[in-house]
Amino acid sequence: MIRLEKRPAPSRFWAGLTPVLAVLATMAAGAVLFAALGKDPVEAIRTIFWDPLFHESFAAYSRPQLMVKAGPLILIAIGLSLGFRAGIWNIGAEGQYIMGAICGAGAGLALYPSESFLLFPLMVAAGALGGWGWAMIPAVLKTRFGTNEILVSLMLVYVAENILASVSSGLLRNPEGMGFPGSRNLQQWAAAANPELIANTGMHWGVVTAFVAVIFAYVLLNRHMLGFQIRLTGQSPRAARFAGVDPARLILICLGLSGALAGAAGLFEVAGPAGQISIDFGSGYGFTAIIVAFLGRLHPVGILLAGLLMALTYIGGELAQLMLGLPSAAIQLFQGMLLFFLLAMDMSANYRVRIGKPEVA
Amino acid sequence: MTPLLTVEGLTKAYPGVVANDHVSFDVMPGEVHALLGENGAGKSTLVKMIYGLVKPDSGRMTLRGAPFEPAEPRAARAEGVAMVFQHFSLFEALNVAENVALGMEAPPPQHQLAARIREVSETYGLPLDPGRIVGDLSAGERQRVEIIRCLLQDPKLLIMDEPTSVLTPQEVGILFETLRKLAAEGTAILYISHKLEEIRALCDAATILRLGKVVDSCDPREKSAAELAEMMVGAKLRRPERAKRALGEVVVELDGLSLPPASPFGTPLRDISFRVRAGEVLGIGGVAGNGQDELLAALSGEAQTRPEAIRLHGAPIGHLDPNPRRRIAVLAAPEERLGHAAAPDMSLTENALLTAAIRQGLAVNGFLKWPAARAFAEKIIETFDVRTPGAGNAARALSGGNLQKFVIGREVLQRPELLVVNQPTWGVDAAAAAAIRQALLDLAASGAAVIVISQDLDELLEISDRFAALNEGRLTAPRPADGLTLEEIGLMMGGAHDMEVAHVDG
Amino acid sequence: MDLSAINPVLLVASLMVAATPILLAAIGELVVEKSGVLNLGVEGMMITGAVCGFVVAVETGSPALGFVCAALGGAALALLFGLLTQYLMSNQVATGLGLTLFGLGLSALIGQSYVGIKAPATPRLEIPLLSDLPVLGRIVFSHDLMVYLSLALVAGVWMLLKYSRAGLILRAVGENHEAAHALGYKVIRIRLTAIAFGGACAGLGGAYLSLVRVPQWTEGMTAGAGWIALAIVVFASWRAWRVLLGAYLFGGITVLQLNLQAAGAAIPVEVLSMSPYLITILVLVVMSAGRARAALNAPASLGRVFHASN
Repeated sequence: MIRLEKRPAPSRFWAGLTPVLAVLATMAAGAVLFAALGKDPVEAIRTIFWDPLFHESFAAYSRPQLMVKAGPLILIAIGLSLGFRAGIWNIGAEGQYIMGAICGAGAGLALYPSESFLLFPLMVAAGALGGWGWAMIPAVLKTRFGTNEILVSLMLVYVAENILASVSSGLLRNPEGMGFPGSRNLQQWAAAANPELIANTGMHWGVVTAFVAVIFAYVLLNRHMLGFQIRLTGQSPRAARFAGVDPARLILICLGLSGALAGAAGLFEVAGPAGQISIDFGSGYGFTAIIVAFLGRLHPVGILLAGLLMALTYIGGELAQLMLGLPSAAIQLFQGMLLFFLLAMDMSANYRVRIGKPEVA
Repeated sequence: MTPLLTVEGLTKAYPGVVANDHVSFDVMPGEVHALLGENGAGKSTLVKMIYGLVKPDSGRMTLRGAPFEPAEPRAARAEGVAMVFQHFSLFEALNVAENVALGMEAPPPQHQLAARIREVSETYGLPLDPGRIVGDLSAGERQRVEIIRCLLQDPKLLIMDEPTSVLTPQEVGILFETLRKLAAEGTAILYISHKLEEIRALCDAATILRLGKVVDSCDPREKSAAELAEMMVGAKLRRPERAKRALGEVVVELDGLSLPPASPFGTPLRDISFRVRAGEVLGIGGVAGNGQDELLAALSGEAQTRPEAIRLHGAPIGHLDPNPRRRIAVLAAPEERLGHAAAPDMSLTENALLTAAIRQGLAVNGFLKWPAARAFAEKIIETFDVRTPGAGNAARALSGGNLQKFVIGREVLQRPELLVVNQPTWGVDAAAAAAIRQALLDLAASGAAVIVISQDLDELLEISDRFAALNEGRLTAPRPADGLTLEEIGLMMGGAHDMEVAHVDG
Repeated sequence: MDLSAINPVLLVASLMVAATPILLAAIGELVVEKSGVLNLGVEGMMITGAVCGFVVAVETGSPALGFVCAALGGAALALLFGLLTQYLMSNQVATGLGLTLFGLGLSALIGQSYVGIKAPATPRLEIPLLSDLPVLGRIVFSHDLMVYLSLALVAGVWMLLKYSRAGLILRAVGENHEAAHALGYKVIRIRLTAIAFGGACAGLGGAYLSLVRVPQWTEGMTAGAGWIALAIVVFASWRAWRVLLGAYLFGGITVLQLNLQAAGAAIPVEVLSMSPYLITILVLVVMSAGRARAALNAPASLGRVFHASN
């Protein structure tokens, strides 16, 4: 019989290897899934993982997209990972992302048609503030009343979606848009736009911010007391209290930071790739970022790689939809499977698989 | 007479340790049989095998002459084997009757069960209200629930794992009466303990375990406690040295400290007052769950109180968090090593940082000085003889004794003016326990005030200058430890909490 | 605004319909949490149940068979969660979230060619005489079988937890899994059973949405109902009858806001449609503010990983 045995200490080797194994297992299971849908599995996998980067005619379009998609995923996931490490579960990043976009774009549009070079930084600040404020709701409710932050942050996603629907056809609607819902296009307004910084790379300010966030999180977690306190709280809350950590302060900081980063990601998106506030602005980045955070093992460098991988499945998925008629839902399922395989293999870092005599348990 | 239970060559290995190595012994009907051994000698594993919780790798058991291989506790119970656990197998949110029902195979309906609980509890002098929620009961009362659960099944063999660690001396006396009556009725009792005097007072036979092996067996009534200790530890034990020392000025003063309970089943602290001088060890005894954790939390700063309730050199500090208290040399070591005093999955270096960042200057502007933290961890390891491959090892990989030496060493090396420890040698082997007690005495000799909260009365009498007892969140007035009798201590601990002597006829 | 367009009798009757999906999911989750497991994947199991029930009902023409398959689908997904959390000891919060994301993807894939189709009607139970009673007949005695089944489930769970030995063991496992293990109870097996039951209930709840309440299949149609069910378990402080109360209160709010929308109330549509979520938050705050009492009834082992070391 197979049984699990707790390791005396967590294994770094397995902790690093499991995401790779999970990706491979997902590819295998995905191949079975695609075959079941009547697609050639090898071609499907190649279309998703290889063609966006190396296909002679698609790569030119796809490669820059990789950065465009990975930027917000990494930015949001970095913020989430800090909270997740401390056992603070912000799963409403999607709502903070939307509110960030609304606040940031709203701040800009209020000053239309200013051409000040300060406009864009102001919008970024407003976006981050919007996301921060939205995340402060579950944070304050949790510290003040002990309300479950998982449920509150998630409920607020639906509220944010309704606000988005309201402002895109109301408050922020383009007055010159002939009555169609949706705001002015920020990309056509130089002072407010978040342009591609280097041609054909997909690099925009949001991607730059994401890279900075990775470095910031790395230093925070490994070299700073706050990072130590975050890790300690997640591993043993009672020891953290003994070490003098103020749990309420940590909740405010972690939820605030993740909200601000998600809000900033929303602003970079609305001022860049999306261009305008519209009813379908919410794209699920806030939820996919949860997968990215776990896939990256809540480690900043891991999240960087996981964000790129997840972006690849997005682009590859679109390509497979176009080329092979693979349904878009298949990609969503594929991403969900990835998280499952990762969680299933996670135990290998802390437990050893033993094959031996069964034990009464 | 044929033995009730025969154990032959029982062996059980876990990765890295052989918990039981060819263990053999017999238990006669009506015998009170002691299993004596240090922490880690393999007593618990052995009885778990008899109770069907753990399956032996090899060896065999017979019960009343027939092969006995319980696949699960249910099977053992069906054969008449019952067990009272050291860490009770009770459910706090459920009431007494429900808890009893969960330990029975085919419990009668609740009202009948309640009646039987009353009946049995009165017969054996263990009064208990079946309708009460277990979370509200004292440790001694909880043990009664466990015992009654066993008695209702009319056991032939009753296993008791360290049953007296939660009782006052008076309650121990009453428990022994109950056990003797049971034995007289023909029930065999397998009694696990490392407390020598108890075993001498109660048991008819003893099997002594050391490092998983049976090293000896004897009639404990014919041996002295010192002889038994030598058999158990395998070497003569050195008692800690206690230099006569002059006491300095008052370091810490508690004045009417009260604290509401932190959790639904917690104990409130009620109006606690005492003073401890420099160079003095104050021992605080009491049965588990009478406010020990809460008192430590109030002193360490994990729980805050009225500022004036605690004064250090006259300055109010009751409102301070743990870190500001560390800054003024008030340090603490809680009872639970894994998860409270130390983070299990973190390395010893990180665990050194956990409390020592301030006094050892391990962080500058919030940025951590890892080399300094590592050096401090290595200093603890070296000074306190912590057996581990290195400071990079995870805390959970250490044995209880080694981790406890690390935890105590971490605080002692930070030169506290006041050190508060809770259960400093709980579950620790004798050698490590002796080292820890010596370290606490040396610290006091160097001029620190030391408060030792413990449930081990022998330990408290050995190292404290004055003794006080916690009972339902109240603290008795401290008395000089020299010359205190067990009887007096028992009364300070609350005597026998409404227990009565068993009155079984015949 | 024309409030007279709102018929109070119809309002109460439709309240019960609106509440049933959440009630089913919440009563299932209650049992799961009582066993000490926190399954945040209710939303994923509901939507899987919704699509399974819809597809089977459309293909076979039998709503009853649809409901059965929805329960099976929900239970299957729940057992996936059980496998991960109970045998592979994964983090329950993360796995529950994963289950939701996975279920949303899976359901979208299964249901992609069923969008826009109408489901076969689930018959109302017409009880002779009783259904014809004025007011009461319309409110209480003319629903489909699932409404009554959900009420029976609440009563059943209440009795199970309060009076039966199985319920006592379930509560014991949720209260202190180590002690339960020491007494010889099969902690993992008991929890898996509870998890599967919770999944089946969530699946039924989902199918009720797609077969009765809407009745159509659209991607992501549960729209947070699973999360609201989780909130209702907290609101109910783990008591079966209060789950019923919570679900019906919530159903009432949902129906009222829909009626107000239809009646053309002066309140913006978005505000009305976000109101159920806001009220859920409000209720959570009120409940957690008086936490000391509720905490007594919360299973003490909730969400903790169990590993029998020896």
